[in-house]
Amino acid sequence: MAIDSPPQSSESRAEIVRLAALATGDEKHEASSYSTLDALTVLYERVLRVRPAEPGWPGRDRFILSKGHGPAAYYAVLAWRGFFPEQWLPTFMHSGTRLGGHPDRLLVPGVEASTGSLGHGLAMGAGVALTLRARGSDSRTVVMTGDAELNEGSNWEAILLAPVLRLANLTLVVIDNHTSSVPLVPLDGKLAAFGWAAETVDGRDHPALERALRRRTDDRPIAVVADVEAQ
Amino acid sequence: MTATMRSQSAVTVVELMDADPRVSVVLAEISVERFEDALRRHPDRAVNVGIMEQTMIGVAAGMALEGQLPVAHSIAPFLVERSLEQIKLDLGNQELGAILIGTGGSYDYSTEGTTHHSPGDVQVLLSVPGIAVHVPGHPAEVDVLLRDAHRTGGLTYLRTSAAENAGPRPIDPGKLLRVRTGRRGTVVAVGPMLDRTLQAVQGIDVTVLYVTTVAPLDAAGLAAAAADAAEVITVEPFHEGTLAGSLAAALADRPRRFLHIGAPRRVLRNYGSVDDLDRAAGLDADSIRSRISEFLRR
Repeated sequence: MAIDSPPQSSESRAEIVRLAALATGDEKHEASSYSTLDALTVLYERVLRVRPAEPGWPGRDRFILSKGHGPAAYYAVLAWRGFFPEQWLPTFMHSGTRLGGHPDRLLVPGVEASTGSLGHGLAMGAGVALTLRARGSDSRTVVMTGDAELNEGSNWEAILLAPVLRLANLTLVVIDNHTSSVPLVPLDGKLAAFGWAAETVDGRDHPALERALRRRTDDRPIAVVADVEAQ
Repeated sequence: MTATMRSQSAVTVVELMDADPRVSVVLAEISVERFEDALRRHPDRAVNVGIMEQTMIGVAAGMALEGQLPVAHSIAPFLVERSLEQIKLDLGNQELGAILIGTGGSYDYSTEGTTHHSPGDVQVLLSVPGIAVHVPGHPAEVDVLLRDAHRTGGLTYLRTSAAENAGPRPIDPGKLLRVRTGRRGTVVAVGPMLDRTLQAVQGIDVTVLYVTTVAPLDAAGLAAAAADAAEVITVEPFHEGTLAGSLAAALADRPRRFLHIGAPRRVLRNYGSVDDLDRAAGLDADSIRSRISEFLRR
Protein backbone atom coordinates (compact mmCIF):
# COMPACT_ATOMS: atom_id res chain seq x y z
CA MET A 1 0.00 0.00 0.00
CA ALA A 2 1.40 3.37 -0.96
CA ILE A 3 2.04 5.99 1.63
CA ASP A 4 -0.45 8.35 0.02
CA SER A 5 -3.24 5.79 -0.04
CA PRO A 6 -6.58 6.95 1.30
CA PRO A 7 -6.64 7.16 5.07
CA GLN A 8 -8.39 4.19 6.56
CA SER A 9 -7.11 4.35 10.05
CA SER A 10 -9.87 6.32 11.71
CA GLU A 11 -12.45 3.66 10.87
CA SER A 12 -10.03 0.92 11.69
CA ARG A 13 -9.11 2.56 14.94
CA ALA A 14 -12.75 2.82 16.00
CA GLU A 15 -13.24 -0.85 15.30
CA ILE A 16 -10.10 -1.79 17.19
CA VAL A 17 -11.18 0.32 20.15
CA ARG A 18 -14.49 -1.55 20.13
CA LEU A 19 -12.69 -4.88 20.06
CA ALA A 20 -10.29 -3.85 22.81
CA ALA A 21 -13.26 -2.92 24.98
CA LEU A 22 -14.50 -6.49 24.67
CA ALA A 23 -11.43 -7.62 26.53
CA THR A 24 -12.07 -7.64 30.23
CA GLY A 25 -10.01 -8.66 33.20
CA ASP A 26 -8.88 -7.80 36.68
CA GLU A 27 -5.72 -6.09 35.57
CA LYS A 28 -6.08 -4.63 32.13
CA HIS A 29 -3.07 -2.35 32.07
CA GLU A 30 -5.37 0.09 30.32
CA ALA A 31 -2.93 2.93 30.05
CA SER A 32 -0.26 0.81 28.47
CA SER A 33 -2.85 -0.93 26.28
CA TYR A 34 -4.15 2.23 24.75
CA SER A 35 -0.80 3.94 24.42
CA THR A 36 0.12 1.30 21.85
CA LEU A 37 -3.18 1.31 20.01
CA ASP A 38 -2.37 3.73 17.22
CA ALA A 39 1.05 2.36 16.44
CA LEU A 40 -0.34 -1.17 16.44
CA THR A 41 -3.20 -0.12 14.19
CA VAL A 42 -0.86 1.46 11.67
CA LEU A 43 1.55 -1.48 11.79
CA TYR A 44 -1.11 -4.12 11.21
CA GLU A 45 -3.16 -2.06 8.75
CA ARG A 46 -0.46 -0.49 6.62
CA VAL A 47 3.02 -1.72 7.36
CA LEU A 48 3.40 -5.35 8.34
CA ARG A 49 3.14 -8.09 5.75
CA VAL A 50 1.15 -10.86 7.42
CA ARG A 51 -1.25 -13.64 6.47
CA PRO A 52 -3.66 -14.13 9.38
CA ALA A 53 -4.92 -17.41 7.96
CA GLU A 54 -1.34 -18.64 7.80
CA PRO A 55 0.36 -17.21 10.92
CA GLY A 56 3.59 -19.09 10.24
CA TRP A 57 3.93 -17.97 6.63
CA PRO A 58 7.71 -17.71 6.11
CA GLY A 59 7.40 -14.49 4.11
CA ARG A 60 5.66 -12.58 6.89
CA ASP A 61 7.09 -9.66 8.80
CA ARG A 62 7.73 -10.40 12.47
CA PHE A 63 6.33 -8.30 15.28
CA ILE A 64 7.37 -8.68 18.91
CA LEU A 65 5.53 -6.81 21.67
CA SER A 66 8.57 -6.69 23.91
CA LYS A 67 6.91 -5.14 26.90
CA GLY A 68 4.09 -7.63 26.84
CA HIS A 69 2.19 -5.36 29.19
CA GLY A 70 -1.23 -4.09 28.25
CA PRO A 71 -1.96 -6.57 25.49
CA ALA A 72 -5.65 -5.72 25.12
CA ALA A 73 -4.96 -3.44 22.17
CA TYR A 74 -2.60 -6.02 20.70
CA TYR A 75 -5.17 -8.78 20.98
CA ALA A 76 -7.80 -6.46 19.52
CA VAL A 77 -5.61 -5.71 16.51
CA LEU A 78 -4.83 -9.39 15.98
CA ALA A 79 -8.54 -10.22 16.17
CA TRP A 80 -9.32 -7.35 13.82
CA ARG A 81 -6.87 -8.76 11.30
CA GLY A 82 -8.44 -12.20 11.72
CA PHE A 83 -5.73 -14.12 13.56
CA PHE A 84 -8.42 -15.39 15.93
CA PRO A 85 -12.15 -14.76 16.43
CA GLU A 86 -13.28 -11.70 18.32
CA GLN A 87 -15.27 -14.04 20.56
CA TRP A 88 -11.98 -14.76 22.27
CA LEU A 89 -11.63 -11.18 23.48
CA PRO A 90 -14.18 -11.25 26.34
CA THR A 91 -12.24 -14.20 27.79
CA PHE A 92 -9.17 -11.98 28.33
CA MET A 93 -7.44 -12.98 31.57
CA HIS A 94 -10.23 -15.35 32.60
CA SER A 95 -9.73 -18.97 33.52
CA GLY A 96 -9.41 -21.10 30.42
CA THR A 97 -8.51 -18.22 28.09
CA ARG A 98 -5.71 -18.14 25.59
CA LEU A 99 -5.44 -14.38 26.09
CA GLY A 100 -3.42 -13.86 29.23
CA GLY A 101 -2.21 -10.67 30.88
CA HIS A 102 0.95 -11.03 28.85
CA PRO A 103 1.01 -12.74 25.44
CA ASP A 104 2.10 -16.35 25.02
CA ARG A 105 3.13 -17.34 21.50
CA LEU A 106 2.17 -20.94 22.17
CA LEU A 107 -1.42 -19.90 22.91
CA VAL A 108 -2.20 -16.96 20.61
CA PRO A 109 -2.04 -17.16 16.80
CA GLY A 110 -0.01 -14.27 15.43
CA VAL A 111 2.06 -13.74 18.57
CA GLU A 112 5.68 -14.24 17.55
CA ALA A 113 7.26 -14.24 21.00
CA SER A 114 6.09 -14.71 24.57
CA THR A 115 6.86 -11.61 26.59
CA GLY A 116 5.98 -9.83 29.80
CA SER A 117 9.24 -9.53 31.70
CA LEU A 118 10.66 -6.26 30.44
CA GLY A 119 13.73 -6.06 28.29
CA HIS A 120 13.61 -9.36 26.42
CA GLY A 121 12.12 -8.52 23.04
CA LEU A 122 14.83 -6.56 21.33
CA ALA A 123 17.56 -9.17 21.71
CA MET A 124 15.18 -11.81 20.43
CA GLY A 125 14.27 -9.51 17.58
CA ALA A 126 17.94 -9.12 16.72
CA GLY A 127 18.30 -12.91 16.55
CA VAL A 128 15.23 -13.14 14.35
CA ALA A 129 16.49 -10.36 12.06
CA LEU A 130 19.94 -11.89 11.82
CA THR A 131 18.50 -15.25 10.81
CA LEU A 132 16.11 -13.75 8.27
CA ARG A 133 19.00 -11.87 6.70
CA ALA A 134 21.10 -15.03 6.61
CA ARG A 135 18.32 -16.69 4.63
CA GLY A 136 18.07 -13.83 2.17
CA SER A 137 14.57 -12.96 3.35
CA ASP A 138 13.27 -9.43 2.86
CA SER A 139 10.95 -9.78 5.87
CA ARG A 140 11.39 -7.19 8.54
CA THR A 141 11.32 -7.52 12.27
CA VAL A 142 9.57 -4.90 14.39
CA VAL A 143 9.98 -4.79 18.16
CA MET A 144 7.81 -2.57 20.35
CA THR A 145 8.91 -1.44 23.79
CA GLY A 146 7.65 1.09 26.27
CA ASP A 147 9.75 4.04 27.39
CA ALA A 148 9.95 2.83 30.99
CA GLU A 149 10.92 -0.60 29.69
CA LEU A 150 14.12 1.00 28.48
CA ASN A 151 15.21 1.29 32.11
CA GLU A 152 16.16 -2.37 31.80
CA GLY A 153 19.83 -2.63 30.86
CA SER A 154 19.28 -5.62 28.61
CA ASN A 155 17.63 -3.26 26.10
CA TRP A 156 20.76 -1.20 25.91
CA GLU A 157 22.86 -4.24 25.19
CA ALA A 158 20.68 -4.94 22.19
CA ILE A 159 20.52 -1.25 21.24
CA LEU A 160 24.33 -1.27 21.21
CA LEU A 161 24.50 -4.49 19.24
CA ALA A 162 21.94 -4.07 16.44
CA PRO A 163 23.75 -1.25 14.59
CA VAL A 164 27.04 -3.14 14.87
CA LEU A 165 25.37 -6.08 13.14
CA ARG A 166 23.95 -3.64 10.56
CA LEU A 167 20.45 -4.99 11.09
CA ALA A 168 18.70 -2.78 8.58
CA ASN A 169 15.77 -5.21 8.69
CA LEU A 170 15.10 -4.43 12.37
CA THR A 171 12.82 -1.66 13.61
CA LEU A 172 12.42 -0.60 17.22
CA VAL A 173 9.21 1.22 18.14
CA VAL A 174 9.29 2.89 21.53
CA ILE A 175 5.88 3.89 22.79
CA ASP A 176 6.79 6.91 24.88
CA ASN A 177 3.94 7.55 27.26
CA HIS A 178 6.32 9.25 29.67
CA THR A 179 6.12 6.67 32.40
CA SER A 180 9.86 6.28 32.90
CA SER A 181 10.92 7.51 36.32
CA VAL A 182 14.43 7.86 34.97
CA PRO A 183 14.59 10.67 32.41
CA LEU A 184 15.33 9.40 28.90
CA VAL A 185 15.30 12.71 27.05
CA PRO A 186 16.44 13.00 24.34
CA LEU A 187 15.50 9.40 23.59
CA ASP A 188 15.86 9.67 19.83
CA GLY A 189 19.22 11.36 20.36
CA LYS A 190 20.38 8.54 22.59
CA LEU A 191 19.31 5.94 20.05
CA ALA A 192 20.96 7.87 17.23
CA ALA A 193 24.17 8.05 19.24
CA PHE A 194 24.13 4.24 19.40
CA GLY A 195 23.88 4.13 15.60
CA TRP A 196 20.16 3.82 14.97
CA ALA A 197 18.30 5.84 12.34
CA ALA A 198 16.09 7.36 15.00
CA GLU A 199 13.27 9.86 14.97
CA THR A 200 10.37 10.89 17.15
CA VAL A 201 6.86 11.11 15.77
CA ASP A 202 3.44 11.85 17.18
CA GLY A 203 2.25 8.45 18.35
CA ARG A 204 -1.36 9.33 17.54
CA ASP A 205 -0.67 10.64 14.02
CA HIS A 206 -1.28 7.76 11.67
CA PRO A 207 0.30 9.21 8.52
CA ALA A 208 3.38 10.20 10.50
CA LEU A 209 3.59 6.77 12.08
CA GLU A 210 3.16 5.08 8.72
CA ARG A 211 5.90 7.13 7.11
CA ALA A 212 8.31 6.46 9.97
CA LEU A 213 7.49 2.76 10.22
CA ARG A 214 7.92 2.22 6.49
CA ARG A 215 11.32 3.81 6.48
CA ARG A 216 14.30 1.61 5.60
CA THR A 217 18.01 2.27 5.38
CA ASP A 218 20.71 0.21 3.72
CA ASP A 219 22.72 -0.56 6.78
CA ARG A 220 21.18 0.80 9.96
CA PRO A 221 18.30 -0.34 12.16
CA ILE A 222 15.36 2.02 12.45
CA ALA A 223 14.07 3.46 15.72
CA VAL A 224 10.74 5.22 15.96
CA VAL A 225 9.86 6.95 19.20
CA ALA A 226 6.07 7.21 19.18
CA ASP A 227 5.26 10.03 21.54
CA VAL A 228 1.86 9.81 23.18
CA GLU A 229 0.22 11.67 26.02
CA ALA A 230 1.62 11.08 29.47
CA GLN A 231 -0.21 8.50 31.52
CA MET B 1 47.50 -30.90 21.30
CA THR B 2 45.40 -33.04 23.59
CA ALA B 3 41.75 -32.10 23.50
CA THR B 4 40.08 -30.74 26.59
CA MET B 5 36.35 -30.89 27.09
CA ARG B 6 36.19 -27.21 26.25
CA SER B 7 38.25 -27.49 23.06
CA GLN B 8 36.36 -30.59 21.98
CA SER B 9 33.04 -28.81 22.40
CA ALA B 10 34.16 -26.13 19.92
CA VAL B 11 35.44 -28.71 17.44
CA THR B 12 32.19 -30.68 17.55
CA VAL B 13 30.01 -27.57 17.31
CA VAL B 14 31.88 -26.32 14.23
CA GLU B 15 31.50 -29.74 12.61
CA LEU B 16 27.77 -29.67 13.34
CA MET B 17 27.59 -26.15 11.91
CA ASP B 18 29.34 -27.16 8.73
CA ALA B 19 27.02 -30.12 8.28
CA ASP B 20 23.72 -28.52 9.29
CA PRO B 21 22.65 -25.00 8.27
CA ARG B 22 20.20 -25.00 11.18
CA VAL B 23 23.04 -24.78 13.67
CA SER B 24 24.02 -21.27 14.80
CA VAL B 25 26.56 -20.10 17.34
CA VAL B 26 26.25 -17.08 19.64
CA LEU B 27 29.24 -16.09 21.74
CA ALA B 28 29.75 -13.40 24.34
CA GLU B 29 33.47 -12.82 23.81
CA ILE B 30 34.54 -15.96 25.63
CA SER B 31 36.18 -18.59 23.38
CA VAL B 32 35.95 -16.42 20.26
CA GLU B 33 39.43 -17.65 19.32
CA ARG B 34 38.12 -21.21 19.22
CA PHE B 35 35.41 -20.28 16.73
CA GLU B 36 37.37 -17.84 14.55
CA ASP B 37 37.07 -19.98 11.46
CA ALA B 38 33.34 -20.48 11.91
CA LEU B 39 32.80 -16.78 12.58
CA ARG B 40 34.52 -16.03 9.29
CA ARG B 41 32.84 -18.73 7.22
CA HIS B 42 29.31 -18.38 8.61
CA PRO B 43 29.04 -14.70 9.54
CA ASP B 44 25.25 -14.74 9.86
CA ARG B 45 25.14 -18.01 11.77
CA ALA B 46 28.09 -17.40 14.06
CA VAL B 47 28.09 -14.13 15.94
CA ASN B 48 30.04 -12.69 18.83
CA VAL B 49 27.76 -10.21 20.57
CA GLY B 50 30.45 -8.92 22.90
CA ILE B 51 30.22 -9.06 26.67
CA MET B 52 26.43 -9.31 26.73
CA GLU B 53 25.32 -12.59 28.20
CA GLN B 54 21.64 -11.69 28.44
CA THR B 55 21.68 -10.63 24.82
CA MET B 56 23.59 -13.76 23.84
CA ILE B 57 20.67 -15.85 25.07
CA GLY B 58 18.05 -13.47 23.66
CA VAL B 59 19.68 -13.50 20.23
CA ALA B 60 19.92 -17.28 20.42
CA ALA B 61 16.22 -17.47 21.26
CA GLY B 62 15.41 -15.24 18.29
CA MET B 63 17.36 -17.59 16.06
CA ALA B 64 15.47 -20.52 17.56
CA LEU B 65 12.16 -18.76 16.88
CA GLU B 66 13.18 -18.92 13.22
CA GLY B 67 13.93 -22.62 13.39
CA GLN B 68 17.67 -22.54 14.07
CA LEU B 69 19.34 -24.64 16.73
CA PRO B 70 21.60 -22.07 18.40
CA VAL B 71 24.62 -22.89 20.51
CA ALA B 72 25.52 -20.37 23.21
CA HIS B 73 28.70 -20.65 25.19
CA SER B 74 30.51 -18.89 28.00
CA ILE B 75 32.04 -19.39 31.39
CA ALA B 76 29.35 -21.08 33.46
CA PRO B 77 28.42 -18.31 35.95
CA PHE B 78 28.03 -15.75 33.17
CA LEU B 79 26.24 -18.12 30.82
CA VAL B 80 23.88 -19.55 33.42
CA GLU B 81 23.43 -17.29 36.39
CA ARG B 82 23.70 -13.90 34.75
CA SER B 83 21.26 -14.76 31.99
CA LEU B 84 19.03 -17.14 33.92
CA GLU B 85 15.84 -15.21 33.19
CA GLN B 86 16.56 -15.27 29.47
CA ILE B 87 17.20 -19.01 29.66
CA LYS B 88 13.99 -19.50 31.63
CA LEU B 89 11.70 -17.26 29.59
CA ASP B 90 13.18 -16.85 26.12
CA LEU B 91 14.15 -20.49 25.75
CA GLY B 92 12.42 -22.62 28.39
CA ASN B 93 8.97 -21.09 28.53
CA GLN B 94 8.86 -20.68 24.77
CA GLU B 95 9.81 -24.35 24.39
CA LEU B 96 12.69 -23.51 22.09
CA GLY B 97 15.68 -25.70 21.45
CA ALA B 98 19.23 -24.50 22.09
CA ILE B 99 22.50 -25.93 23.29
CA LEU B 100 24.17 -24.07 26.14
CA ILE B 101 27.79 -25.00 26.76
CA GLY B 102 29.29 -23.90 30.03
CA THR B 103 32.97 -24.01 30.75
CA GLY B 104 34.78 -23.70 34.04
CA GLY B 105 33.11 -26.41 36.07
CA SER B 106 32.69 -25.40 39.68
CA TYR B 107 36.18 -24.11 40.48
CA ASP B 108 38.28 -24.34 37.30
CA TYR B 109 39.08 -20.64 37.53
CA SER B 110 40.76 -21.55 40.75
CA THR B 111 42.96 -18.49 41.01
CA GLU B 112 40.27 -16.02 39.97
CA GLY B 113 38.05 -16.11 43.02
CA THR B 114 34.39 -16.53 43.70
CA THR B 115 33.05 -14.45 40.80
CA HIS B 116 34.24 -17.11 38.38
CA HIS B 117 33.02 -20.11 40.37
CA SER B 118 29.81 -21.86 39.43
CA PRO B 119 29.00 -24.77 41.70
CA GLY B 120 25.32 -23.81 41.54
CA ASP B 121 24.81 -23.87 37.77
CA VAL B 122 23.07 -27.20 37.49
CA GLN B 123 20.84 -26.62 40.49
CA VAL B 124 19.42 -23.41 39.07
CA LEU B 125 19.01 -24.89 35.60
CA LEU B 126 16.99 -27.76 37.01
CA SER B 127 14.31 -25.15 37.70
CA VAL B 128 13.80 -24.76 33.93
CA PRO B 129 11.16 -27.28 32.85
CA GLY B 130 12.25 -29.62 30.10
CA ILE B 131 15.94 -28.80 30.08
CA ALA B 132 18.40 -31.63 29.52
CA VAL B 133 21.63 -31.39 31.50
CA HIS B 134 24.70 -33.31 30.44
CA VAL B 135 27.84 -33.54 32.55
CA PRO B 136 30.47 -35.38 30.51
CA GLY B 137 33.63 -36.70 32.08
CA HIS B 138 35.88 -36.82 29.04
CA PRO B 139 36.31 -34.92 25.74
CA ALA B 140 35.13 -37.93 23.74
CA GLU B 141 31.94 -37.93 25.79
CA VAL B 142 31.48 -34.24 25.02
CA ASP B 143 31.37 -35.18 21.36
CA VAL B 144 28.83 -37.97 21.93
CA LEU B 145 26.57 -35.83 24.09
CA LEU B 146 26.70 -32.77 21.81
CA ARG B 147 25.76 -34.84 18.81
CA ASP B 148 22.89 -36.28 20.81
CA ALA B 149 21.76 -32.77 21.80
CA HIS B 150 21.85 -31.81 18.13
CA ARG B 151 19.83 -34.89 17.23
CA THR B 152 17.15 -34.24 19.85
CA GLY B 153 17.03 -30.50 19.19
CA GLY B 154 15.75 -29.61 22.66
CA LEU B 155 17.05 -27.19 25.27
CA THR B 156 20.30 -28.64 26.58
CA TYR B 157 23.00 -27.56 28.99
CA LEU B 158 26.37 -29.22 28.61
CA ARG B 159 28.77 -28.65 31.48
CA THR B 160 32.46 -28.90 30.69
CA SER B 161 35.26 -28.78 33.21
CA ALA B 162 39.01 -28.97 33.40
CA ALA B 163 38.70 -32.05 35.57
CA GLU B 164 38.15 -35.15 33.50
CA ASN B 165 38.50 -38.89 33.72
CA ALA B 166 41.54 -40.64 32.22
CA GLY B 167 39.52 -42.24 29.47
CA PRO B 168 36.04 -42.13 27.98
CA ARG B 169 33.33 -44.61 28.85
CA PRO B 170 30.94 -46.22 26.37
CA ILE B 171 28.06 -43.94 27.37
CA ASP B 172 24.59 -44.08 25.91
CA PRO B 173 23.20 -40.52 26.16
CA GLY B 174 20.52 -40.31 28.81
CA LYS B 175 21.40 -43.67 30.35
CA LEU B 176 23.54 -44.44 33.36
CA LEU B 177 26.36 -46.92 33.04
CA ARG B 178 27.22 -49.56 35.62
CA VAL B 179 30.97 -49.45 36.11
CA ARG B 180 31.39 -51.74 39.10
CA THR B 181 29.17 -54.12 41.03
CA GLY B 182 29.24 -54.52 44.79
CA ARG B 183 26.98 -55.49 47.68
CA ARG B 184 27.41 -52.67 50.17
CA GLY B 185 25.46 -49.80 48.72
CA THR B 186 25.49 -47.91 45.44
CA VAL B 187 27.62 -44.92 44.51
CA VAL B 188 26.47 -42.64 41.70
CA ALA B 189 29.43 -40.76 40.22
CA VAL B 190 28.65 -37.78 37.99
CA GLY B 191 30.86 -36.89 35.01
CA PRO B 192 34.40 -35.93 36.01
CA MET B 193 33.91 -37.40 39.49
CA LEU B 194 34.12 -40.98 38.22
CA ASP B 195 37.86 -41.63 38.37
CA ARG B 196 38.32 -40.16 41.81
CA THR B 197 35.25 -42.03 43.02
CA LEU B 198 36.65 -45.33 41.77
CA GLN B 199 39.89 -44.47 43.52
CA ALA B 200 38.02 -43.56 46.68
CA VAL B 201 36.06 -46.83 46.89
CA GLN B 202 39.00 -49.18 46.33
CA GLY B 203 38.50 -52.06 48.73
CA ILE B 204 34.93 -51.00 49.55
CA ASP B 205 32.31 -53.39 48.23
CA VAL B 206 29.97 -50.97 46.47
CA THR B 207 28.32 -50.69 43.08
CA VAL B 208 29.46 -47.68 41.07
CA LEU B 209 27.13 -46.14 38.53
CA TYR B 210 28.33 -43.49 36.07
CA VAL B 211 25.93 -40.71 35.17
CA THR B 212 26.57 -38.16 32.43
CA THR B 213 22.97 -37.04 31.93
CA VAL B 214 21.57 -35.65 35.16
CA ALA B 215 18.37 -34.27 33.69
CA PRO B 216 16.32 -36.12 32.90
CA LEU B 217 17.92 -38.63 35.22
CA ASP B 218 17.76 -42.26 34.08
CA ALA B 219 15.24 -43.09 36.79
CA ALA B 220 14.39 -46.56 35.49
CA GLY B 221 18.04 -47.46 35.11
CA LEU B 222 18.79 -46.19 38.57
CA ALA B 223 15.87 -48.04 40.14
CA ALA B 224 17.02 -51.25 38.51
CA ALA B 225 20.71 -50.82 39.27
CA ALA B 226 20.18 -49.77 42.87
CA ALA B 227 17.18 -52.01 43.57
CA ASP B 228 18.83 -53.80 46.49
CA ALA B 229 20.88 -50.89 47.82
CA ALA B 230 20.00 -49.69 51.30
CA GLU B 231 22.65 -46.98 51.02
CA VAL B 232 22.93 -44.64 48.06
CA ILE B 233 25.77 -42.16 47.72
CA THR B 234 26.18 -39.50 45.06
CA VAL B 235 29.45 -37.85 44.13
CA GLU B 236 28.59 -34.65 42.28
CA PRO B 237 30.94 -32.05 40.79
CA PHE B 238 28.45 -29.27 41.62
CA HIS B 239 26.62 -28.33 44.81
CA GLU B 240 26.12 -31.39 46.95
CA GLY B 241 22.56 -32.60 46.95
CA THR B 242 21.74 -31.08 43.57
CA LEU B 243 20.46 -34.47 42.47
CA ALA B 244 18.90 -35.39 45.82
CA GLY B 245 15.33 -34.83 44.67
CA SER B 246 15.74 -36.74 41.42
CA LEU B 247 17.38 -39.66 43.22
CA ALA B 248 14.79 -39.78 45.96
CA ALA B 249 12.01 -39.77 43.39
CA ALA B 250 13.63 -42.56 41.40
CA LEU B 251 14.25 -44.67 44.49
CA ALA B 252 11.03 -44.09 46.41
CA ASP B 253 10.05 -47.75 46.55
CA ARG B 254 11.64 -48.43 49.96
CA PRO B 255 13.47 -46.64 52.77
CA ARG B 256 17.11 -45.94 52.02
CA ARG B 257 19.91 -43.83 53.44
CA PHE B 258 21.39 -41.18 51.19
CA LEU B 259 24.72 -39.36 51.28
CA HIS B 260 25.39 -36.53 48.87
CA ILE B 261 29.01 -35.57 48.33
CA GLY B 262 29.67 -32.52 46.18
CA ALA B 263 30.77 -28.93 46.22
CA PRO B 264 29.99 -27.48 49.63
CA ARG B 265 27.18 -24.95 49.90
CA ARG B 266 29.37 -22.14 51.08
CA VAL B 267 31.47 -19.49 49.35
CA LEU B 268 34.89 -20.96 48.73
CA ARG B 269 37.33 -18.09 49.16
CA ASN B 270 40.40 -20.19 48.45
CA TYR B 271 42.88 -19.58 45.64
CA GLY B 272 45.35 -22.01 44.12
CA SER B 273 45.27 -24.91 41.70
CA VAL B 274 42.11 -26.82 40.83
CA ASP B 275 43.45 -29.62 43.00
CA ASP B 276 43.88 -27.16 45.85
CA LEU B 277 40.27 -26.08 45.56
CA ASP B 278 39.05 -29.66 45.24
CA ARG B 279 40.81 -30.44 48.53
CA ALA B 280 39.28 -27.34 50.13
CA ALA B 281 35.88 -28.43 48.83
CA GLY B 282 36.33 -32.03 49.96
CA LEU B 283 36.20 -33.29 46.39
CA ASP B 284 39.57 -35.05 46.32
CA ALA B 285 39.65 -38.85 46.43
CA ASP B 286 40.85 -39.03 50.04
CA SER B 287 38.05 -36.80 51.32
CA ILE B 288 35.46 -38.70 49.29
CA ARG B 289 36.76 -42.02 50.63
CA SER B 290 36.66 -40.78 54.18
CA ARG B 291 33.04 -39.62 53.91
CA ILE B 292 31.86 -42.79 52.19
CA SER B 293 33.58 -44.99 54.76
CA GLU B 294 32.13 -43.07 57.64
CA PHE B 295 28.64 -43.18 56.12
CA LEU B 296 28.77 -46.91 55.56
CA ARG B 297 30.00 -47.53 59.12
CA ARG B 298 26.98 -45.80 60.64
